Amino acid sequence: MNDFLSQQIQLVRRRWFFRDCGVGLAGIAATSLLGRDSLLAASDNTLLSVKQPHFPAKAKRVIYMFQAGAPSHLELFDYKPELTKNDGKLPPKELLEGYRAAFIDPKSALLGPKFKFAKHGKCSMELSEVLPHIASISDEICLVKTMQTDAVNHAPAQIMMNTGSQQFGRPSFGAWTLYGLGSECEELPGFVVLTSAKGTSGGASNYGAGFLPTLFGGTPLRSGGDAVLYLSNPNGIDQAAQRSSLDTLHRLNELAMQEFSDPEITARIHSYEMAYRLQTSAPELMDLSKESASTLERYGIKDPKESSFARNCLLARRLAERGVRFVQLFHEAWDQHGGLTAGVKANAADTDRPSAALVQDLKERGLLEDTLVVWGGEFGRTPMVQGGNDGRDHHNRCFSMWFAGGGFKKGYVHGETDDFGFNVTKNLVHVHDLNATLLHQLGFDHTRLIHRFQGRDFRLTDVHGNVIREMLA
Amino acid sequence: MNLQWMTLIIACFSFGVATATEPDPTSAVDFQRQIQPILAEHCTNCHGADADARKGALRLDIESFAYSGGESGSPAITPGKPELSLVLKRITSNDPDELMPPPHANKPMDDAQIRLLKQWIEQGAKYESHWAFSVPIMRSLPIHGVHPIDSFVRSRLTQWGLNQSERAPNPTLARRIYLDTIGIPPSPAEVAEFERTPIEATLDRLLADDRYGEKWARHWLDVARYSDTNGYEKDLRRDQWAWRDWVIAAINRDLPYDQFIIEQLAGDLLPDSTQDQIVATGFLRNSMLNEEGAIVPEQFRMVEMFDRIDCIGKATLGLTVQCAQCHTHKFDPITHDEYFGMFAFLNNAYEAQSAVYSQEQLGSRRSIRDTIAGLESKIKEENPNWETELTTWGKSILDNQPLWTVVAFDDLNSVSGLNHPAPQPDGTILMTGHSSSDVYMIGSPDLEGVTGLRLEVLNHGDLPLRGPGRNAKGMWEIHTVDLFAQKPDGKDWEKLKLANVTADFSSKESKEGDGKKWTGPVSSLIDGKAETFWQADRGIGRRNQASVAVLGFEQPLAFPAGSRFKLVMHSGDNVGCCRVSLCKTPQPVAPACDHAAVLALSIPEAERNSEDRSVIFANWRKSKEGLKDLNSQIDAALDRLPQPLTTVLHLAERESKLARPTHLLDRGEWDRPKRVVTPCVPSALHAMAPSDEPPRLAFARWLVDRRSPLAARVAVNRVWQSIFGDGLVPTSEDFGTRTPKPEHAELLDYLSVQFMDNGWSQKNLIKSILLSQTYQQNSSNRPELMERDPKNQLLGRGPRFRVDAELIRDIALSTAGLLSQRMGGPSVIPPVPQNVLNYNYIVPTFWNPPTGPERYRRALYVFRKRSMPDPVMASLDSPNGDFACARRVRSNTPLAALTGLNETIFVEAAQAMALRVLREGGKEDNSRVNYAFQLCVARASKPTEQAAILSLLSEQRQRIADGWLNPREIATGDAAKLPALPEGTNPQDAAAWTLVCRVLLNLDETISKN
Repeated sequence: MNDFLSQQIQLVRRRWFFRDCGVGLAGIAATSLLGRDSLLAASDNTLLSVKQPHFPAKAKRVIYMFQAGAPSHLELFDYKPELTKNDGKLPPKELLEGYRAAFIDPKSALLGPKFKFAKHGKCSMELSEVLPHIASISDEICLVKTMQTDAVNHAPAQIMMNTGSQQFGRPSFGAWTLYGLGSECEELPGFVVLTSAKGTSGGASNYGAGFLPTLFGGTPLRSGGDAVLYLSNPNGIDQAAQRSSLDTLHRLNELAMQEFSDPEITARIHSYEMAYRLQTSAPELMDLSKESASTLERYGIKDPKESSFARNCLLARRLAERGVRFVQLFHEAWDQHGGLTAGVKANAADTDRPSAALVQDLKERGLLEDTLVVWGGEFGRTPMVQGGNDGRDHHNRCFSMWFAGGGFKKGYVHGETDDFGFNVTKNLVHVHDLNATLLHQLGFDHTRLIHRFQGRDFRLTDVHGNVIREMLA
Repeated sequence: MNLQWMTLIIACFSFGVATATEPDPTSAVDFQRQIQPILAEHCTNCHGADADARKGALRLDIESFAYSGGESGSPAITPGKPELSLVLKRITSNDPDELMPPPHANKPMDDAQIRLLKQWIEQGAKYESHWAFSVPIMRSLPIHGVHPIDSFVRSRLTQWGLNQSERAPNPTLARRIYLDTIGIPPSPAEVAEFERTPIEATLDRLLADDRYGEKWARHWLDVARYSDTNGYEKDLRRDQWAWRDWVIAAINRDLPYDQFIIEQLAGDLLPDSTQDQIVATGFLRNSMLNEEGAIVPEQFRMVEMFDRIDCIGKATLGLTVQCAQCHTHKFDPITHDEYFGMFAFLNNAYEAQSAVYSQEQLGSRRSIRDTIAGLESKIKEENPNWETELTTWGKSILDNQPLWTVVAFDDLNSVSGLNHPAPQPDGTILMTGHSSSDVYMIGSPDLEGVTGLRLEVLNHGDLPLRGPGRNAKGMWEIHTVDLFAQKPDGKDWEKLKLANVTADFSSKESKEGDGKKWTGPVSSLIDGKAETFWQADRGIGRRNQASVAVLGFEQPLAFPAGSRFKLVMHSGDNVGCCRVSLCKTPQPVAPACDHAAVLALSIPEAERNSEDRSVIFANWRKSKEGLKDLNSQIDAALDRLPQPLTTVLHLAERESKLARPTHLLDRGEWDRPKRVVTPCVPSALHAMAPSDEPPRLAFARWLVDRRSPLAARVAVNRVWQSIFGDGLVPTSEDFGTRTPKPEHAELLDYLSVQFMDNGWSQKNLIKSILLSQTYQQNSSNRPELMERDPKNQLLGRGPRFRVDAELIRDIALSTAGLLSQRMGGPSVIPPVPQNVLNYNYIVPTFWNPPTGPERYRRALYVFRKRSMPDPVMASLDSPNGDFACARRVRSNTPLAALTGLNETIFVEAAQAMALRVLREGGKEDNSRVNYAFQLCVARASKPTEQAAILSLLSEQRQRIADGWLNPREIATGDAAKLPALPEGTNPQDAAAWTLVCRVLLNLDETISKN
């Protein structure tokens, strides 16, 4: 018995971060009869162990730069000279048939784009003057102008983008990814969340585990205070005291294991050990002091200790280097019902340089190829004005997103919208199609990545979604 | 089947013994356990109840259809003849076009399943109705002379060649029982007392303890998705704790479970419903509420309704009813129409919010009402002709009313797009969506010769305290009313000049904010001043009533037919419901009494309710000469009415004239209504008894009808789950056809029948379970159990699992001696790191954690904010109330470990526990270690444990002595602060023991039920 137990403890200790810490560890005891080799196999077959997807994947990890609040496609990515010409005029009647805007009376005047556009790169991608750095990587990215979603209010729409449903309680894309692929990182959580600007409309549900076990949910790495909640020892307790305390705790828990033979206890020992390691690995990750001045400059980081989207981009690269499966950045700043010109300009200034720097940096480090980089928000904005002459309302019928790496086409623009950037005219990409395509690049048939909950098989794409192959290299 | 093979199955299928699907050719196939799950999983998606999704006109869920076959004409299943069963041919076909399930469905059957189906057909292909859809019956006990639970469990274990474990040691059992009844571990004295007392006496005492309700309420709060905020982007605070306290009290007085459900669904409809019964209906109002700007309110009301059906399905029926929201259920017998049939029972309710009073306050309200009734009787006695006088007075009031024509606006909105004025069938306009103060309404009324406009502010059942306003008191204030007209060919709006304004009532003028805001007179509406508002607050007990303002034009209007008319209203606190009318009577003015009386007088006498009669009488007596003294006595009595304790969100039925029809929604989409659906229940379940009662009440009674196959099973199973970690049916929210007959089905049924026989008493049920030997077994694993039944489904050992989040925190605080015993009241704000608060879309301004004993209330009372799940509770798997949760997962992460080690409350608990151990645990470290163990795990420490703790103590004492550690900082968190040291101890002791206690509070055994 004791031999068996100590073996188990050894095994669990060897296991990777978070792995197996989950629900129902009974499997370990059960499989013990199958021989020692299968013990290893069993542990590999558990919650966070690395799993093979359905087919060979183009991407191993995801960096998702979520631009919350809904950036204006008309000021950034989707140039509409006709809108300039028709500035101040009412939109054609047939355009508004059955249309519902969020705040404004749909019969509001059209508003021309606030910025100049120019063509960039070998691919001649047309981009706004406020995105000079993204323009400089235009030959690396795949721009989709024809995204569409079902929701027109922020919280439901953010939840829709991130979980494939407007209803709260579904697992987020990151959670599905971790569920399907497991975690490769020994020292850090497999799904990390970084937030800048302010809190998001969708709140914690944007990166939640939904009905999947809790450990698949995103772990926020926070700025100001502990990066991971309760990471610091209580006042006065140093690392040596912490180590001794944990050694004592393990010793006592091992004694309990001898009495109860409950594999849960082994998992508990492991989780405390992992917590201890996280106390080192998280601060090491967050510490940008060893990054060169030129790197900080390149990302546009003014103060490496201050929270910013730029800092989060650099952290995303560091997380990718450490093998973290899914990194999601939330930048809640784009809701320009008014102050459109200044707002978009300021947000572009905050995000353009670091976004481009991240893509280039990943490329230089050989990480871009198997990292899926995603940039976009929850919907677009109306071609019609809101308020005086400097605002746009919510618009779900078309908006733009861009992608880099992960087997997406480079220097490619997908889809066309009408003269006002109001409707899709060619190659619509619904949220479900997008998620099907992203999962495809991770090696999944989106109809087969399922989880049974309450008698039903759920998936990220509900009962919809088509892989958009034209977007893929 | 040999043993090794069997173990393999256990290892592979996490369900364990019962669901092993490998056929044994000699034994009879069990339809319910073996075949039905295969059909549900692989076949009935396209060949089931959903006619829209049905392929080839074939149904396999019903015997007769399966035997006759689909459009192919040949029998899908021929009993006894696999070779003549098309099903078998298709599932074994090599042709991908023929193969079933079709390859694109990604639901291939494995060989074992195919063999089972074949064997079942050979044996006669007998269908049985799903086990959970027939009424539970009490079968005779397999073993006599033992507790019924043990009878079933031992019988099953014997079949597997296993036996039960011995009784757990007393201290372990004492702790287990305390945690399962009151959710607080026993003190050392209570453990000693436990050993001296018969268990039954202890159970009776604990089940009568108020802390029992606190422990068991939490399980219901999970499934009822309780939260203290509304969710979505704004995630504003809501006051719903009165409902939470109702749950605690109901569980403590052991309100029979059927009543418990009936009151929560329809307490407001019970005869002479009490405040408590109305509060109970807060259950269905626990849904999230979207207050984001620019929503379509009806869309999110529908989302709330879907959530209510989902919740009822999981909580009471144990069915995934929500699967029938978009189409007929794929596996279970609930059609799309039946889904909306159930929906219709609930759809005719207001989203009401009412005041809640304490029992004391209710008493004083009654006595004030009695006083007033006495005074009014006196008036009647002293004025024997009062009825005639009142009638004459009433007639004169109505006769003096100008002839008003209600304006039907066709274009209503707010400039900001936040407020959505929505015209109602009765001509009133209800403000919905997010409040904003910039409403406008445009229409084309007859304007020719119009002399005045009447603006009524009115009550409505959807408004806080029935309105008429939208602020927390149901009140309002209006800044200006601007009126415009536009000729048919005109482009410009002409502002209409107003000469005067009158109201039925205006508050006394008062100034707020250094005179920047004046509220009071109705003249504010047209005085053009930026700082004035009309308000009509008649004081406590009288304020939530209608008011009216009448605006007179300078000149009768002269606008031809087809002209447009616009009203723009600016308000401070928003009006919730209003109505606008015009008249041509010269010099119209507001009535000389409360507008509420005018409204009541307008109702034919026979149709007036007591409220109408009361307001008419009150206004008559105020109008009558010579009653000044009695009138002022009544006003004085009203002024003594108590301020409500809080408010609660609840249900209230809409008046029949405003009844809301329910439409079947195509694909479950809120904006695709199809045919009207009348209330009905699924025909596959028990029938609804004919009833004269309101439909919602009849539905509530149906849910917990004695004839329900599900109500008692679902309730009993959830109790079992809380005690044993897993339910007898592991999927406690789903008893549908995909759920195989559980291992201990007979036990579940026995307990369910007994539960109903015992008056649906949860206390009796828990007591019965806790008295069984099955419950009282030692929870240590044994090699044979580890091999054969690792998940303890056969119950060969006692329950052992990490306790719920709330209990972990309560254990720490109780062990430390910090836990506050105060019950109920507003939720308590827990300390949360600033970088968590910063993640809110709207950072809460009310986040001020208390510092006194309130800080250490039970976790049940910790404030739950939906978009910011409490970091402690969330890391320990407590759900945050976005939707009904009938079953928690138990995870085990480093984040949970960090929480237990470092979170503020846990650290404070370790510090306090250290002082307690020093104070109460004797003078020697040995006895203190023993005592600390007793506090945490209810038993003395073993020598090996002693050694480990003493070694940590001496090592850290040395480090403190050597100056590596600052003792004050460890013991208090503040290097400058001295702990409250017990006599004869020093800060070094406190610090070293804080380190020890921090370890002990994190022991697996401490946070587990053993």
